Parts: sequence; C-alpha cells; structure tokens
Amino acid sequence: MTEFLQQAINALSLGSIYALIALGYTMVYGIIKLINFAHGEIYMIGAFVGYWTMSVFHLGVFEAILAAMIVCTVLGVLIERVAYRPLRRSTRLASLITAIGMSLLLQYTMMYFVGADPRAYPALPDYMNASFSLGGVVVKSQQLVIIGISVLLMILLQFVVKTTKMGKAMRAVSQDPEAAQLMGISVDRTISFTFAIGSALAGAAGVLVGIYYNSINPLMGIMPGLKAFVAAVFGGIGIIPGALIGAFVIGGAETAVSALGYSLFRDGVVFAILIAILIVKPTGLLGKNVREKV
Amino acid sequence: MQFSRRALFGTTAAVAVAGTLAACNASPSGTNGADGDTIKLGVNYELSGDVATYGQASVAGIKMAIEEVNAAGGIDGKQIEIVEVDNKSDAAEATTLATRLMSQDGVIACMGPATSGNFKATIPVAQDNQVPVVSGSATADDVTVDADGVKEYAFRICFNDSFQGTIMAQFADENLSAGTAVIIQDNSSDYATGLAAAFTAEFEKRGGSIAATEGFTAGDTDFNSILTRLRGETFDVIYLPGYYSEAGLIIKQARDLGIDAPILGADGFDSPTLLELAGTGPLNEVYFTNHYSSIDEDPAVVDFISAFQEANGEEPNAFHALGYDLGKFVADAVSRASELTGEAVKTAMAETQGFTGVTGTFDMDENHNPVKSIVVIGLADGVQATSEKIG
Repeated sequence: MTEFLQQAINALSLGSIYALIALGYTMVYGIIKLINFAHGEIYMIGAFVGYWTMSVFHLGVFEAILAAMIVCTVLGVLIERVAYRPLRRSTRLASLITAIGMSLLLQYTMMYFVGADPRAYPALPDYMNASFSLGGVVVKSQQLVIIGISVLLMILLQFVVKTTKMGKAMRAVSQDPEAAQLMGISVDRTISFTFAIGSALAGAAGVLVGIYYNSINPLMGIMPGLKAFVAAVFGGIGIIPGALIGAFVIGGAETAVSALGYSLFRDGVVFAILIAILIVKPTGLLGKNVREKV
Repeated sequence: MQFSRRALFGTTAAVAVAGTLAACNASPSGTNGADGDTIKLGVNYELSGDVATYGQASVAGIKMAIEEVNAAGGIDGKQIEIVEVDNKSDAAEATTLATRLMSQDGVIACMGPATSGNFKATIPVAQDNQVPVVSGSATADDVTVDADGVKEYAFRICFNDSFQGTIMAQFADENLSAGTAVIIQDNSSDYATGLAAAFTAEFEKRGGSIAATEGFTAGDTDFNSILTRLRGETFDVIYLPGYYSEAGLIIKQARDLGIDAPILGADGFDSPTLLELAGTGPLNEVYFTNHYSSIDEDPAVVDFISAFQEANGEEPNAFHALGYDLGKFVADAVSRASELTGEAVKTAMAETQGFTGVTGTFDMDENHNPVKSIVVIGLADGVQATSEKIG
C-alpha cells in the first residue's frame, strides 16, 4: 500500500508536468490545426531562463517561474509571427514541416551557446528541499509545488477561456475563423494570444522540471514534448480537459510500467498508447465534444 | 657550407652526435622517425568533437611525461618529438590520421585515441605498418584481444571494463559485508551492461545474491518509479554502472526517497558534474572504481599531482594521469627496444615487467593488457574521503 501511494505521488508529479506542456499543444491545435513541434523547445528554453534568473540574478523560485513565463510568451508569439503566420494559407504539411524545422533550430542554437552537457539547477532554498514522511510515503515539497502550481495555472487557464472576452474570441476562432472575423474578432491577435498562453505554461513547466530533476540540457524538450503530444491526442487534440486527462493517464501509465518492473518499456508503452488510440478512436477520449473546443 | 651550418645547428641543439649524423645522412623527413636526430612518436587524439575533454586531458598528461623524459636527456641522447593530430572524435578520421602518422611522418609508435571505438579503428593500420598503437583509456573488453587472438601491435595501459565489475563485487563482499545487491544499469551502453554482468558473476560466485535488476537508458531523468519499486526490496548495496549524467540524478532521487544503502559505481562516476547533479548530502556511502585517486598518498602520485598543478593550474583527473603514464610507458619501451623500429618497440612493450606509474605498477600480460590494481574511491559529502587499492 505504501508503495502504491508512493507511486501515485510519482505519477501525479509527472502527470502535472505533462499537463502543462500538453495544454499548449492542444490549444494551438484547436485554433489553427497545427501541431506545434517547437513547443517542447519552448519548455526547454523556459528551463534555461529559470536557470539563469536563479544562478545569475539570484532571484527566488517563483520569480524564476515568472521570468521564464514572460520570456517564453514573447518567444512563442515571435515564432508564430515569423514562422507560422506567413504559411497560414498554405498546406498544413508546410506548417508542420516548418514546426519541425523550428524545433531543430531552437535545439541546436541552444546547444551552440550552452553545450550539450547536462547542467545542474542552482541550489534551492531549504523549504524547497524539505520532505515529509507520511506513514512511509515520502512527499517532497518540490512535488507539492509542482502539483500546486500546475493546478493553479490550469484553473487560471480555464477562467481565461471560459469567462474573458479573449477566451470567447479563442473559442469562436477555433470553431470557424472566417465567421469569427466577420463578427469583428481579430483572428491574428487571437492566435497570438493562444501561442502566448500556451508558451507561458510551457515555460513554467520548464522551470518546475529543472527544480524537480535538477538536470537540464538543450535536448531535454524532445521526449516530454512528444509525450505531451501523445497526452493531447489521447484526450482528444484541441480539447483542454482532454489534455489534462491525457497527461495524467500518460504519467500514470509510465509510472505503472516502471512499478511493475518493466522500466525499459516505459517509453514504448506511451507510444503504443498513441498508436492504439489512433486506431480505435482517432478523435481521442473526449473527441465528440466539439462544442468545448478551443 | 651546407654541411657546416647543419653541424653547427646540431651542436647548439645539444644533440651533437646525432645531429652531425643526421646532417651526413641528410635523409628526407619521413620513412623512419629513428633516422633523424629525434625519435618521433605519434599522438592521435580527440582534441575536438564529442569526447574532446578525454583527448585534451590525455594529451596534457602525455606532453608532461615526454617533457620530463626530454629534460632528463631523452633516450640514448635523442630527444623525443611528438607529432600531434586531432581525430575530431571520429573513427574514420582516426584511421586516416594513423595511416599518415605511420607512413608519412614515420613515427615508431602511436599513442591514442582515448575511446575504445576510435582506438580499435586504428589497430588494422598498426598491423599493416608494423607500428604499435597504445591507448591509455580504451577500456572495452575486446580492444586488444578478440576471438581471433591477440592483436599483435595493439596495447593498453588501463584495466578493462569487466575487471572493474569483478573488483567492485569483491569490495562489496569483503569491505561492506554485503550479501544482497540490486543493480540499476544503463541498458543503452555496452560499458554498463558489461560491468553489470561481471559484477553479477563475481558477486554470485562469492555466495551473494542479486535481489533485483532495473534498467534505464541514457538521457532519462525520472527514476522515482524504479527507485520506489526497489525500496520495497531488501538489499545491502546498489550497484549502479553508468555515466555521471544519470548516476548523479539516481543517487539524489534514491537518497530523497530514503534509500540509504551504499551505492557502488565505476569510472563513469569520475566527473565534477556528479557532485553538481547529486549535491553534497546524497554523496555519502558512495564508492566507485577508478584508475587513480587524487588523495593517494603514494609519493609518486603526490609528486605528479603537485608538478601537474604547477604546470597546468588544475588538479589532474584520471585521464591526465593515464596520459602521463602512457607517455612514460612508451618512452620506457623505446629505451628498452633493441633498435628504433616499430617492431622492436612492440616487442619491448610486450615484455614490460614491473612498470611503475601514477596509476599503479603493472606487467603486460599475453593479451597486451596490464595486470594492475584498481582504486576504490569512497565519497563523503561529495569529496573523495577514502581510497583503497584492490587487485
């Protein structure tokens, strides 16, 4: 039982991180039908921004998260403006290839500047390194911070999408961009806003991962990016609650596979889930619910 | 006129006899390094590319050794000249450069490359040209000997991978009185799986048992789930063959989960990055096998460390030490060779008995592997606290 609860904590922490990344994937797909493969790299750059704010400017953890979110917001909007907007009227394949190109460009630009070796995150204040033992189950304060911040950001996102004017515009553009434009909604601004929110979440995820695992490198975005993509597809790509469910399912599946002693199949199982869902229900778990699409 | 000017140059270079002879011969550079007034040795290392740090450290050690030999008068009055090339951490480039060193520059022995794969690529060239190649750090089991028998012109001065696993099993049994072990191995590297197999074989031979084996792949960062699983097992030690990038994270996450059993590793732990990734607290009760320890109190090692620090401004790591021993080993073999040809140097290398270096004293066995001891380093709060020679 102790072991099960411990694994559940592990799964929740992992799932929260995937959720923050998956939300960005799913929102961008929902609004312009583009799988933004550069999203994992925005997460990676968020981790490095957090690293620099903490080691060079000696700011605290929460300031570092904020700084990473701001830089990633700017970067996400810039990428959309430079790489995707000129291709919006061309085939979807062209945008997809551009997204992959953008992803590689960011990976290797960072590698040029910081090198390929993993870096350790700066030392954290004591309250971040504390851990509690609840009947044999070890809970680290880092895990609580990760889960807490993830939940907080997701509630904030839900609030923005459901109640603000911009959220309404996002939902309108995702349903029918042309009709939305006829209603006086600025489609370009709405898309930029979507990239901004998604990238901010990825930036926060980057810093949280840096804190949690204490190791960052320029290629760290590839695997979590792909897994978050699987999570988004699992829940039904384009659907925000779907991405959340997908992320926790993927985090849970990975942990379960390792817990049963098949740790080498961990990544394999995640991608087997992707194949299975595409064969059985390509629209994902919540795929029918088109009205909720953002 | 021509003659006297050359002779004069030879005298001022303090190698009068050899210089005059060389002038008389006026041999074109090349064909054979021993014809000139210097003895040419090739240095074929990874000075750029993926494993540049290994190559650069080895070459720094080699240069220090050769400078010492030259300062002491060289070999039979001849100075050693190093021909240094950069193989860019690439096996094909290493092969091309080995050919050039042996056939054009006329070296009588080649040092390097540092990694097993690149070193193996140069061995066929060595066999063809009858010039020995020696590596200071190629530790793969099959470097100097394979199913076809020993490779006549290939040598190394470091122990092989499986020996590290064997010694660690002995250490776990004798020094830590461990009866049960679990293994967490990097399944994406031959190095780690080879170590794990050797450890298991020796540990079981000594009556120990392996309670569980877990695997990971290079680049993983989340080990919480496998460690949580291991926490449910009963064991005395964890054997963790792998490199510092993952080992650092595993040690940290294991200690965070309350696993305080000793963690044993191999020379892949030897990097300052291990301390950065794991932090000081978790790096207690951590032991790893290595080629040499900077806290060794052997006078030869202490002298080497202070001389190296003076010359290079940093503390030498295992690659520096191995490079230094490699330079001394080759110079020693050349001085014992009956004549200055690749074949004679090869014979001298194969006959090496009781060579003493900073990484230990060794004889060369019939498979061209040194028979030497291993150092087991113990960490306390992230710094080397104990070192013990075994084997």
